Amino acid sequence: MKEFHFHRASSVADAVAAVKGASAGKFLAGGQSLLPVLKLEMAEPSDLVSISRIKELRGVCVDGNKLLIGAVTTHAEVAASSEVKKHIPGLAALAEHIGDAQVRNRGTIGGSVAHADPAADYPAALVALGATIKTDRRAIAAEDFFTGLFETALEPDELVVAVHFPIPEKSAYAKFASHASKYALCGVMVSKTGSDVRVAVTGAGQKVFRVPEMEKALAARFEPSALDGISISADDLLSDGQASAEYRAHLVTVMAKRAVAAA
Amino acid sequence: MTTESKSLIGAPIARKEDRRFLTGTGRYTDDLNRLHQTHAVFLRSPHAHAKIVSINTSAAAAAPGVVAVYTGADIAADKVGGIPCGWLVKNKDGSNMVEPPHPALVADVVRHVGDQVAVVIAETKAQAKAALNLIEVEYDVLPAAATVRDAVAEGAPLVWEQAPGNTCFDWHLGDLAAVEAAFAKAHKIVEIEVTNNRLIPNAMEPRAAIGEYDAAGDMLTLYTTSQNPHLIRLLLGAFVLGVPEHKLRVVAPDVGGGFGSKIFHYAEEAVVVWAARKIGRPVKWTAERSESFMSDAHGRDTVMTAKLAVDREGNFLGFRVHNTANMGAYLSTFATAVPTYLSGTLMAGVYKTPAVYVEVRAVFTHTVPVDAYRGAGRPEATYVIERIVDKAARELGMDRLEIRKKNFIRTFPYKTPVALEYDTGDYDATLAMALEKADVKNYPSRVEASKKRGKLRGIGYSTYLEACGIAPSALVGALGARAGLYEAANVRVHPTGSVSVFTGTHSHGQGHETTFAQLVAQQLGIPFDKVEVVHGDSDKIPFGMGTYGSRSLSVGGSAIVKAVDKIIAKGKKIAAHLLEAGEADIEFKDGKFVVAGTDKSKAFGEIAFAAYVPHNYPIDTVEPGLDESAFYDPKNFTYPAGTHVVEVEVDPDTGVVTVESVVAADDVGVIINPMIVDGQMHGGLAQGIGQALFEECVYDESGQLLTGSYMTYSMPRAADFPMFKVGNHVTACTHNPIGAKGVGEVGAIGVPPATINAVLDALAPLGVTDIQMPATPEKVWRAIVAAKGSKAQ
Amino acid sequence: MPAISLKVNQRAVTAEVEPRTLLVEFLREHLSLTGVHVGCDTSQCGACTVFVDGVSVKSCTMLAMEADGAEVTTIEGLAQGGKLHPMQQAFHEHHGLQCGFCTPGMVISSADLLKRNPRPTEGQVREWLEGNICRCTGYHNIVKAVLACAEGSAK
Repeated sequence: MKEFHFHRASSVADAVAAVKGASAGKFLAGGQSLLPVLKLEMAEPSDLVSISRIKELRGVCVDGNKLLIGAVTTHAEVAASSEVKKHIPGLAALAEHIGDAQVRNRGTIGGSVAHADPAADYPAALVALGATIKTDRRAIAAEDFFTGLFETALEPDELVVAVHFPIPEKSAYAKFASHASKYALCGVMVSKTGSDVRVAVTGAGQKVFRVPEMEKALAARFEPSALDGISISADDLLSDGQASAEYRAHLVTVMAKRAVAAA
Repeated sequence: MTTESKSLIGAPIARKEDRRFLTGTGRYTDDLNRLHQTHAVFLRSPHAHAKIVSINTSAAAAAPGVVAVYTGADIAADKVGGIPCGWLVKNKDGSNMVEPPHPALVADVVRHVGDQVAVVIAETKAQAKAALNLIEVEYDVLPAAATVRDAVAEGAPLVWEQAPGNTCFDWHLGDLAAVEAAFAKAHKIVEIEVTNNRLIPNAMEPRAAIGEYDAAGDMLTLYTTSQNPHLIRLLLGAFVLGVPEHKLRVVAPDVGGGFGSKIFHYAEEAVVVWAARKIGRPVKWTAERSESFMSDAHGRDTVMTAKLAVDREGNFLGFRVHNTANMGAYLSTFATAVPTYLSGTLMAGVYKTPAVYVEVRAVFTHTVPVDAYRGAGRPEATYVIERIVDKAARELGMDRLEIRKKNFIRTFPYKTPVALEYDTGDYDATLAMALEKADVKNYPSRVEASKKRGKLRGIGYSTYLEACGIAPSALVGALGARAGLYEAANVRVHPTGSVSVFTGTHSHGQGHETTFAQLVAQQLGIPFDKVEVVHGDSDKIPFGMGTYGSRSLSVGGSAIVKAVDKIIAKGKKIAAHLLEAGEADIEFKDGKFVVAGTDKSKAFGEIAFAAYVPHNYPIDTVEPGLDESAFYDPKNFTYPAGTHVVEVEVDPDTGVVTVESVVAADDVGVIINPMIVDGQMHGGLAQGIGQALFEECVYDESGQLLTGSYMTYSMPRAADFPMFKVGNHVTACTHNPIGAKGVGEVGAIGVPPATINAVLDALAPLGVTDIQMPATPEKVWRAIVAAKGSKAQ
Repeated sequence: MPAISLKVNQRAVTAEVEPRTLLVEFLREHLSLTGVHVGCDTSQCGACTVFVDGVSVKSCTMLAMEADGAEVTTIEGLAQGGKLHPMQQAFHEHHGLQCGFCTPGMVISSADLLKRNPRPTEGQVREWLEGNICRCTGYHNIVKAVLACAEGSAK
C-alpha cells in the first residue's frame, strides 16, 4: 500500500473540508471496498479522511413513509435493525447477505454506494426502491446516482450522508452470488407500491439497471409466472470467467421470479 | 507390537498440538523473526513466455532501505545450481525424459507468469516492494501454450527447444498385445474422454522462507514451510548450493497445511539462503496469496482418453488409457512420477480386468509447474476408471453397482497387470457399509421429494482403491526415483522414563504429535503424556523423507515401532541382569519387564534409570543409555480402498448443484486415532468435492492466469457441504508392523467421480451424458440447455 | 508519525504507526501477536479475524488508525487465566482444527456468531462462516464444535 495522510473527521463539514484541502483525498468509511483497492495499489489517494466516527452519519430512523439510513451504518446494523425489518424486510434481508459476516460488521451503506461496484448488492435496492442519496450538498435520485462501472454522480469532495428509502408495499431481493468472491453475478431487487413496480438488476451489467418489460408485466400481475417468457438481451451484460453474459441474462429472469415469489 | 489391555490404539484422544494453535502460540515460519533480518520480494514475470532483452536494477538498488538486488546473472555468476527434479522417467524406447534447467532466478527466457526474474532485499518489506517497482525489464513477448491441448497442437510454441512437440516423455506400462487381444473379442468397447481440472492447492498458510548464515561456524540455516525438511536439505545442499549436509540446517516449524504443495523444493528457498550468505544477514520472504497462486506447484491437469472392453455379462476384458499430463514450464520435484508411477500403476482399480495398458505423454506448457496435490495421480486414475465403469453399466443396461461387484478383486494377494500387488482388501464390505450409511433403500422417496421442489436428484458411486506409502526404495530406484522412500525414527528414553520421539515425517495438520505418542505409549506401556514427538528440524532428526502420499503412519510409524522394538530388546538385556534371569526368559508386558512365569518384574522407568545410572548394570555386554534409531523401508505400497456415495440435487433453473449427502466407507487399515482419521477423511472429501464442483485454475490463450485470487478461484466454504458420513472397515495391511494403510488422501481420490456420477445421474432424464469437472452452475445449465436443444431437434 | 492508543487483550497500548499500517500488521509486527494470521490479500480468508469493540472484523481490511480508542481482542486474549474460552475448548474436543492456520479466525468468528445467535442451526453456522476459509477440516468438525459450544456441552 502506498503512503497517505490520515485524518479523522469529527463532522460532515470537517470531513468535506479535509478532502477538499487534499491533493487527492478520499473518504474512508468502513473500508471494506476501499482498503482492498488500496492494497492492490489500484488507487493512490494522498489523504484518507475517516468518517466512521461521525455520530450523525450512523443509524436508522423512520420519517413518515421514508426509512432513513445514515451513511456509516454498517450492513450488520441494517440487517439487525428492527425498523428496517419492520418497514422494508427485503432490504434487511439483502443486507444480511452482503459479503460475509466480518465484512458486514465493518462495511457501510454509504461506502458501498459511493464505491459503486457493479456487483454490489445495495445499488439494486436503491434503484428498485426509488431511494434518494443525500449528500453534504444535495439529494440525488438513485437512478441518476449510479453512472457507470465504479462511477457515480458524486463530486470528488462530495460526501454521502444518508440514503432515504420510500417504504414500499412489498419488496424482495434474490441474489445469485459468485461462488469464489461471493459478489453478485446477478442480483434482482423488486419492489411494489400500488401500481408502481420496479425491477433493478445488479451484478449483471456495467451498472445497476431496471427492466421495464418485467416491471410492466408485474404491474399487471405481481406473480412469478408473469415473467414467463420475458428475458433480457445478453448484449450489454458483463461476461467473465465467473459467468458469461448469456448465463447472466438467463439468471436475471430466474432471480426476478424468485424475488417476486419472496416479496 | 503389543496392543492388548487399556489400548491407546483406536482411542479418539484430543490432540496434544491443539493448545498452541488454539491460543495463537503456534510458530509458523512467518511468525519467526531473526536478528538483523532483511526482507526479500521477488520480481515475477508478467508474461507467460518472453525473452528478457534487458534488465536494469540500478534505480531499485539505490532506493531507500535496499540492501541488494539480484538477478539471474548473479545466480549464474555464483554457479548456483538449478532446482532438480527427483524422478527420472524413461520413454517407451528406453531413452531419458527431457529434463530442462530450472534456474532459481531466470536470466534469459521467462516461461510462465510468475517466473522469478529478480529479488530485492531491503530493510523492510515495504521498502523492498517499493524498490521492486523500480526495476526495469524489457521483454520480447513470445507466443505461449498454456493448456495441454494447446501444447500438443501442430506448430505449438515450444516451451523448450530440446522438447519437440513439447513432449517431456512418452511412457507406457502394461501389456499392449494382451489389451489388443481383449479388445478383439469384446462384446462392446466403451469410450470416454475426461479432463482432470487443474487445481491450486491453497494451503491456508502461504509459503515462506528465511535464510540465515552464521559466518563464525560457516553454517547455513533455512526456515521453511516444508513437508520434508531433510529432502529440502538434500536438494538444496547437494544440487543447488553445493553445501554439505553438516553445514546446512533446514527447519520446518509449524506448517499451515501442505496437501503436497509444500513437498517440493522451491526457488525462493534457494535464493534466500544464497542471498543470506552473500549479504551476511538473514533474509526473509513470505508469499502474498497472489504470489502463491502463480508460484506454488499446481495439481492434476490431465486429459485422458480411455477404452474399456466388456463382454455381454459386463465382465471387464481389457482397459486402455492414454493420458496427456501437463508438467508446466519446469519439472517440479516429483512432477514426473505423478502421472506415471502414481497414476499409471493404479489403472486396474479394484477390478480384476486381466489386461491393462496405459500410455502417458507428459507435456511442457507455459504455466506454473504441476506436481503432486492431495492424491497425486491416484485421483486422476480413479476418476477415469469410475467414470467409464458407470458409462459401461449404462451402455450395457446394467446396474452401476452390479457391474462393479461383478468385477471386484476378491482373492489376495492380487497381482495387477500394471505392476502392483495388492496385499489385502475387502471391497464388498466397504460397499455394503456405504450403501447402509447412504440409506440407499430409501433413495427413491428422496428423488420424489426433490421432484416436488422442482429439483433433480442424483446418486453417484465410486469404488476406489489407492496406493500409499510409495516403496520399496530398491523398486522405485529402479524406476527412476532419485531418493530412497524409507523413513527414519529415533526414540530417546530419558533417565526418568519419559520419551522423546524424533520422526522424519512432518506434521502440518495430521496430528502426528498425538498419533505417534499413542503408538509409542501403547508399545511401551507408559502414560501418553510421557511421550513427546519432535519433527521438522534436520539438526534434531536423524533423517527423514517427510510427509506425502499418506505415508506417515504406515512408513514413519513403522520406523518408530522398529526403534521401540530395539528399546525393548535392550531393556530386556538390562532387566535380565537386574532380575538375575536369562534374557530369553524376560517378557515385556504392560510397561513391565517380567521374568516369565514369576512375579519378578522391573518397571520400564526402572530400566530407563538403570540405563543412565548404570551402577548395577551389565556393562560388559550392554552400553549405557536407552536411545535407539531405526530406518524402515516398506516391502510394498499399502492399498486403502472403499466406497464413496454422493447424493446431489440440481436446480434446473440455475444449474446449481447442491451436495445433499456424502458417505465414505473406507478401509484405511488399522486405526490409531479414529477422531484424527475421520478428520483426514473430511478434509479429503471437501477437496475432492471442491475439484468436482468448484475449483479450477484457468489460463487464457496467452498464458495469463485468470484465477489468480480468491475473487476468481472458488474455494469450498462451510455452506457447500452437509455433514459427512464416514465409516471404516478394517483389513490390516499385511506387511507393516502397525497394519495401517493411510488416510490422508482417500477422500480426495474417491469422491470426485462419485460426485460427477451423481450429477450425471440427476441429469440423465434430460439426456445429459457427460460433464467435465468442475460442474459449475453455468456448465450444468449449459448441459441442460444443450440436451433440451438436441431433444427438440 | 501519528500515534494511536487502544486496548489490546485488555492491555493499554500506545504506539506510533504509519497511517498505511493495517491492523493486522500492527498486531503481528508491533505487538508480536502472531496468532493473527494473514492467509490472503483480498480480504476473504478470515485468518486475520479479531474482535474490535466486540464485533469480528478482518484485521487485514482495517487500518490500525481506525482502531485508535478501540478495544481489540485477538486469539491470544481469548483464554482467561489459563482456561480456554468455551469455543476454544469445543474446537479442541471436537477436532475442529488440523494445521491451525485458519483456527484463530475461525474461533473468533464462531464466538461472534454465538454472541448474536446463541443457538444457531447447522445451516446458520455454515452461512456465518462464509468469511472464513479452511482447507484442512472440510468444515465438518468446525461446525460440530460450534454447535456443541452452543449447546454448552463443551466441558
